[in-house]
Amino acid sequence: MEETSWLEWLISALLLIGAAFALIGSLGLARLPDFFMRLHGPTKATTLGVGSIIVASMVFFSTRGEGLSLHELLIALFLFITAPVSAHIVAKAALHVRLPYRKDTQNWDRDS
Amino acid sequence: MLDIVTQVAMLMVSLALVLNLWRLLRGPSLPDRILALDTMYINSIALLVLYGLSQASMLYFEAALLIALMGFVGTVALSKYLLRGDIIE
Repeated sequence: MEETSWLEWLISALLLIGAAFALIGSLGLARLPDFFMRLHGPTKATTLGVGSIIVASMVFFSTRGEGLSLHELLIALFLFITAPVSAHIVAKAALHVRLPYRKDTQNWDRDS
Repeated sequence: MLDIVTQVAMLMVSLALVLNLWRLLRGPSLPDRILALDTMYINSIALLVLYGLSQASMLYFEAALLIALMGFVGTVALSKYLLRGDIIE
């Protein structure tokens, strides 16, 4: 059995953290009670999870002796830019169709 | 070790995709379904990156980038349709 290098430990930790965040985000999407709470899971946890997985893949391909591999960063950058935009426009659509919300949702009487 | 970790991570992301599919099929309102589709494409990017890592192949990044672009455009178009009743005014 060969020795496990510290790079492998780093990549494994990043992969597991990323997959756990993606799973937690989807769990929030499936379990939380109303739409405006459900919006939090995918837009924060899932984006961070995918970012972590992409950083792990960047480290993996950069350390295989074929030079620095940075074009995965393009996907991460694009996702981090577009996630708030799509969350904002989905929330606007939800306010427009007047979805029901829980009574303890804050600022529910404020105009959109 | 990396093989096992990649398999475990793929399993977790697949479970996340199943949860999204459940929300997509059940989701009581239309924005819920849009949000489920949005999360599904992000999770499928993660699955593609993980698969490329397990195969040690760079081929899958272009596909992941294309899914990211098209998914964002799809989410915006669906929300815009719900918001204005039209996509391009």
